[in-house]
Amino acid sequence: MSATSSILRSGRRRDFVELSVRALLITCSLAAVLTTIGIVFSLLFEAIRFFEKIPITEFLFGLEWSPQTAIREDQVGASGAFGAIPLITGTLLISTIAMAVAAPLGLLSAIYLAEYANTKIRNVVKPLLEMLAGIPTVVYGFFAALVIAPFLRDSGAGVGFEIASESALAAGLAMGIMIVPLVSSLSDDVINSVPQSLRDASYGLGATQAETIRKVVLPAAIPGISGSLLLATSRAIGETMIVVMAAGLAAKLTINPFEAVTTITVQIVTLLTGDQEFDSAKTLSAFALGLLLFVATLCLNVVALKIVEHHKEQYD
Amino acid sequence: MTDIASKYDPRLKSRHASEKRFKAYGILAILISLGFLALMVTTILIQGIPAFSKNYVGLTIVFDEEVINPDGDRDPAKLGSANYTKLARSALRKLFPDVKKRKERRKLNAILSSDAGYELRNMVLEDLSLIGTTKQVWLSASDEAELYFKGQISTELPEDQRKLNDIQIGWLDTLTETGVVDTRFNTPFLTSGDSREPELAGIMGAVLGSFFTLLVCFVLSFPIGTLAAIYLEEYAPKSRLNRLIEVNINNLAAVPSIVFGLLGLAILLNTFGLPRSTPLVGGMVLALMTLPTIIIASRASLRAVPPSIREAALGIGASKTQTTFHHVAPLALPGMLTGAIIGMAQALGETAPLLMIGMVAFIVDLPGGVTDAATALPVQIFLWADSPERGFAEKTSAAIIVLLIFLVIMNLAAILLRRKLETRW
Repeated sequence: MSATSSILRSGRRRDFVELSVRALLITCSLAAVLTTIGIVFSLLFEAIRFFEKIPITEFLFGLEWSPQTAIREDQVGASGAFGAIPLITGTLLISTIAMAVAAPLGLLSAIYLAEYANTKIRNVVKPLLEMLAGIPTVVYGFFAALVIAPFLRDSGAGVGFEIASESALAAGLAMGIMIVPLVSSLSDDVINSVPQSLRDASYGLGATQAETIRKVVLPAAIPGISGSLLLATSRAIGETMIVVMAAGLAAKLTINPFEAVTTITVQIVTLLTGDQEFDSAKTLSAFALGLLLFVATLCLNVVALKIVEHHKEQYD
Repeated sequence: MTDIASKYDPRLKSRHASEKRFKAYGILAILISLGFLALMVTTILIQGIPAFSKNYVGLTIVFDEEVINPDGDRDPAKLGSANYTKLARSALRKLFPDVKKRKERRKLNAILSSDAGYELRNMVLEDLSLIGTTKQVWLSASDEAELYFKGQISTELPEDQRKLNDIQIGWLDTLTETGVVDTRFNTPFLTSGDSREPELAGIMGAVLGSFFTLLVCFVLSFPIGTLAAIYLEEYAPKSRLNRLIEVNINNLAAVPSIVFGLLGLAILLNTFGLPRSTPLVGGMVLALMTLPTIIIASRASLRAVPPSIREAALGIGASKTQTTFHHVAPLALPGMLTGAIIGMAQALGETAPLLMIGMVAFIVDLPGGVTDAATALPVQIFLWADSPERGFAEKTSAAIIVLLIFLVIMNLAAILLRRKLETRW
């Protein structure tokens, strides 16, 4: 009698422990969801307050960005201009330069490592390439501002060509190198997942290795590779420190890579460091920019992850 | 053989050439990336290593009682506020007696660091018997003198383009010739806080700030991350909610870091009113950022534990929780820790979110806890990189070297941990 009841009691206690552990675990997993909800709501809430002051159409389609707060009521240009187009083009310009560097370098490295290199070279080169990803972005920013930008300016001046010392090119180059390992390791995985039988068939028909890679392996890997390039682009758009240190502050509507442009992230940092009052359109505009950035990178990521996942199913 | 082949395919030669070219492109791409890495690291090493040495000027200081403590009562408050700079300057003037004009004297004083007076004061406060004696003392040189001693001010530049004029350089050369300039390891750089003067600025404040930030980050993200991973891997049924959590974590991993900073600013600072510029808030923001990394690594490590372990535990009557926490989780722990260290290394290098929550303030005092205002190592690098004084350029590189050393240690620890504790099933 007493034995049974003690088993029953311990069983009930066991159930209690099981349930409470499960509850704790679910709570922890929800932390990630809560973070996302927190991000969306904090950005949305502040952005809506901003759009009460500045119409959303002006923000999205305005061609001029000069956020200043009025010192006097009747000051000229007191409200500032909050058109995000120059920032968007600046961001896209620098990201395009970065991708123009990272895509060929990353892809060719991945092809070499996956198809040509022996295990020994792979074991040395892969960790070295990944070191590029491990270096903090503030170091790239410092290097871009200290070495790349003066080098570009001086070599431009050498041939009588003017390159701004905070040119989009300098920031873009540094950012491109930073993204190489991301592109190469993702593409490497994708290329390795292409079944060997496809290659064997191609060799059997007399194709050289390069022809096999170009005509058989790469077309089969294209969805995964484009997914990795999209992820890399989203990384470039959201990158902050390199552009804060090496790109300019003035919003200029241009697609000339030799001029100084500014980006969304640079403006967020400039608007929010230092003293701030939380009701001015100037401070709130940073959250509207943050929302824009979040939505843009989220769309890129969702599409990229979809493509990568879809591709995986094909050969399983 | 080749002849027959080329007879059937006249393009064979060009096809083989294109094969070689294609392979060369791959090698070239790798070399460019690695060359950039090498260039970046060597530039920073070359620029940063001089910052680890510091120049001192040896002066025969007369610890004049009249200046330090005219009343002779040895009152610490009076001793602390005496004009020690005067002692240093008069000792310097004794070395160059022919400097008379006010303007020239000011130039001469610029050889010594503005901190020289404090250095003397600390010596006197430590050892009161110094008062009234005469002793040779080594005092910090100013940042301009420091740059000259390290060969970074070229005498070939026209005089008006450099920080030191010809007379000052003459004095510095005389000091070197008489053997009263000494180069020592720059201990103050590693042990003191930030300063407006390049020769006095140290990284200890930033290192402590980073340490407290990572401490908060680890305490929050490691338990939450591993428990979330355990739930998703061991407990979660394939429901819509769990699918949502999974997609969410993957997307969160790719959210730009600055957005986490905005989250911290809007919610932690403005809604909850947590103290600005503190490692507490910085650590919380970074914890949210590293959560996906830890969850993904922990899940992979749990997945590597073979089902036989679980089946054996369940078979002898263990509950689900006992199975998971007594058998599966301990086996997956090395992998989880490796993931956590890699996550912490990422967090250590992160700058942008910390800028958003105000960890960019100029702070001289060393932080003593998670609620003291502080800055972090990468933020310090950003601040110094922005400073106009030339002396800060080498400090920036030196701080980068320190940061990279920490990162290398953390990554090595992760690799060693994985090698040592990982079980192959």
